[in-house]
Amino acid sequence: MAKIKCVDLCKTYRQGDATIKALDHVTLEIEPGSFICLSGPSGSGKTTLLNMIGGLDLLDGGEISIDGQRVDLLEKGPLADLRLHNIGFVFQSYNLIPVLSARENVEFVMQMQGVTAAERKRKSLAILKEVGLQGMEDRRPAQLSGGQQQRVAVARAIVSQPKLVLADEPTANLDSVSAQQLMELFVELNQNHGVTFLISTHDERVMRYAGRLVRMRDGKVISDEYQKTN
Amino acid sequence: MGGRTLLSLAAMSQLSWRYLWRNHRRTLIMLMAIAVGAWAMIFMTALMRGMVDQMIEDGIDTLPGFVQIHHPAYRDDPSIENSLAPPGPALLAALQAPPVAAWARRIKVPAMISSERNSRGVMLLGVEPDNEIAVGFDPASLARGRFLEGNDDQGLVVGRKMLDRLETDLGKRVVVMSQDPENNLVDRGFRIVGVFEGKLSAQEENFVYAALGTTQQLLGLGDQVSEIAVIGGDYRDVGALHDRVLQAAGAGVEVLSWTELDTYLGLMMDVMDGFVLVWVTIIFMALSFGLANTLMMAVFERVREIGLMQALGMKPASILYQVLLESLMLLVLGLLLGNLLAVISILPIRDGIDLSVVAEGIEMMGASSTLYPALKLKDLILANSVVIVLGILTSLLPAWRASRYRPVEAIAKT
Repeated sequence: MAKIKCVDLCKTYRQGDATIKALDHVTLEIEPGSFICLSGPSGSGKTTLLNMIGGLDLLDGGEISIDGQRVDLLEKGPLADLRLHNIGFVFQSYNLIPVLSARENVEFVMQMQGVTAAERKRKSLAILKEVGLQGMEDRRPAQLSGGQQQRVAVARAIVSQPKLVLADEPTANLDSVSAQQLMELFVELNQNHGVTFLISTHDERVMRYAGRLVRMRDGKVISDEYQKTN
Repeated sequence: MGGRTLLSLAAMSQLSWRYLWRNHRRTLIMLMAIAVGAWAMIFMTALMRGMVDQMIEDGIDTLPGFVQIHHPAYRDDPSIENSLAPPGPALLAALQAPPVAAWARRIKVPAMISSERNSRGVMLLGVEPDNEIAVGFDPASLARGRFLEGNDDQGLVVGRKMLDRLETDLGKRVVVMSQDPENNLVDRGFRIVGVFEGKLSAQEENFVYAALGTTQQLLGLGDQVSEIAVIGGDYRDVGALHDRVLQAAGAGVEVLSWTELDTYLGLMMDVMDGFVLVWVTIIFMALSFGLANTLMMAVFERVREIGLMQALGMKPASILYQVLLESLMLLVLGLLLGNLLAVISILPIRDGIDLSVVAEGIEMMGASSTLYPALKLKDLILANSVVIVLGILTSLLPAWRASRYRPVEAIAKT
């Protein structure tokens, strides 16, 4: 379970002579076990917010804490530890390591965590079976379809049961069937394992799975509503 | 929170190996470059080392000995007055025990040799035949006739060129003239019993060999000699032998190692070691550009994956180690190939390369006309170490750059 507090987050990027406010005084509190969608048009700050919470980028101002620990104050090493042991990432464009097989990709995080080879194998085979990739464990990413690759990425993100999964447009490159399967998997993990999900999307079908919908525009939170799910 | 985020060596090795072969062509080209570079380092070093070793060994054979004992004034004035008494009991005991392998008493005085047609100045060497062979004279260098047999042999062995200069021949008589300790001219006739071909033409032109007893009798020296030549152990590490002989010889004589007797030869070893290092470093410098470029390209083409690994929790240090490990694998593979190539190309010529077509030029440098490549373990270690150490240093820049990416920027790269 992870309680996340974002207070007055600010981030600006320079693009030529222009200054773009990616996050403009964003304050957000995420309860453990939440299933939240961030929605909004491109450039609204969804991805930037995910990156900040995941410690992938540096804030210009504000504070982020996960379970009381200030993420924005951590150095690179401790940040890497935080990500490794607490956060699972699912990116829009699969982002698998191309020289590793599906199973090796899933095992990669566990290898860094120091999990034994036998345990890694058992867990990776089980999770790949759970995401419907049984029999494809030894395939390299290039030998998998987009949907299959995304399921490997999801398996990697959740295999070591992180407290928080940050998913950036996870269904953007998936067909509708694959997208639905993926969202159902997320919901199952959220409900059965208490994993907190924070998903950025502008896919209305994805938003319907979320118990809470945060809308953003121009780097600001413009609405934050709880809703009934499918 | 917390814990380790360094991949195990096995996992990192697997990742590095896979990345290494991601671009087969580029890796193979770089492997070949390292292999050819390593081959050039080792092969050329073996040839040069062989030539220098040959020069030193020939020089030592000509001296002869790793260590020599003289009268203190002999080297300034190598005349008959500056002779040595026979070795005392302490020195004799030392000469008959390790590290001494062989020793020989010698007379070495300037003399004049005359045939019925010509006269030449020479260095008359009075030697104990068996001991002389033990300390350096090569019986195989006898082109005609025989070597001396016993200390009272009445014959004379001369060089092939000296024979030509004197316009005489094997079996003919010559007269050798020198001075006794009272500065009286002494002379006697010798029959030429052998003709040798020296490794260096200077030997053939300047040295004539007579039996020690016969020479002592000619010069009225009693049992005195000009020098005692000693060999034992490895000539490269002559210190222990020198110290042992010096200690046993006591005061009143001069004991010098071959590096002191011929300082040019002595310097050759150090010069060669320095040359090998410079040669290996220069070749590596040429290689390093290709290596750095290969690794840079390997890093640039996976910036996004590096960002991903960081996002998953891999520490910058792990990324640095992973790229360095990739470089190490490339270097080790290239070196293995290069070493193998070098051994394969040296083996067929280990019995020597005949350079007689350029013999005169080579002899001017003090080398013989057959070049024996010398593949030394220390040269192999040096060449491989230089490539590994400098290769890793060269790889530090691309590895460091890989580890410095910010995850969010790296992942955004297309």
